[in-house]
Amino acid sequence: MKKELQFDFTVDKATKKVFIIREFDAGLSLVWDAFTKPELLDQWVAPRPWVSKTKAMDFKVGGRRFYAMVSPEGQERWAIQKYTSISPKTNFKMFNTFADKDENPELPGSDWDYTFSEQDGMTTVHITIYNESLARLEKMIEMGFKEGFTASITNLENLLAALSKK
Amino acid sequence: MRRDIYQAIADPTRRAILSLLLVRAMTPNALAEHFDISRQGVSNHIKILTECELVKQEQQGREIYYSLQVKKMKEIDKWLDQFRKIWEKQFGQLDDLLLTMKKNKP
Repeated sequence: MKKELQFDFTVDKATKKVFIIREFDAGLSLVWDAFTKPELLDQWVAPRPWVSKTKAMDFKVGGRRFYAMVSPEGQERWAIQKYTSISPKTNFKMFNTFADKDENPELPGSDWDYTFSEQDGMTTVHITIYNESLARLEKMIEMGFKEGFTASITNLENLLAALSKK
Repeated sequence: MRRDIYQAIADPTRRAILSLLLVRAMTPNALAEHFDISRQGVSNHIKILTECELVKQEQQGREIYYSLQVKKMKEIDKWLDQFRKIWEKQFGQLDDLLLTMKKNKP
């Protein structure tokens, strides 16, 4: 039987942040590995039918993951995640940007913060995404991928809130 | 030319125009007064918004008024929901992976 796993998804308009909380039915070590090891990341991080391919990854402060999301047609979308802080099995932070195939970043990017905690064999991951600007909205939609949460959403949410008041 | 709604909101000036039109329908001149860019620049943005069907043009007497197409804006709401679903999908994939990892653990 599958357990009901917590999944929260909220947008804070004032701070331009997206908050995601997800619970996993596994111990902390496994979940931490799934988020920090390239061979594991590549197995889940792309929403199928897209495939994730990590070209290089050095999981340490100052290191980075350079990877592509590959479409079924073979189209590649490159991105760089630069690790800015790591507390093993507790927290890590990174700065994410889209890039070209030669690893030239396309600024601006977004700041990601992951926090892990375990209770009774279940692991909860808190993800906070901060985005200064709305860069690649269309690209992101095309990729169907997560990097897209940007300040635009803040604007959209404001707009939608105003609309629903009408 | 057929454009889509996300192109409309991908630009800060266009988002500002949409916010202004939320309050009331406006003439091109009234809109342009809110921006530092040229009247032609504002007019180009309005053109894109019109092509995206987010803004409708109406003749009232001698003046043209632009108004917001609220229904069309709701499409964006659906888009947000789509994103939530993508996350759900990814995490579902991770659930499967974790299950496999647990089984393979000595």
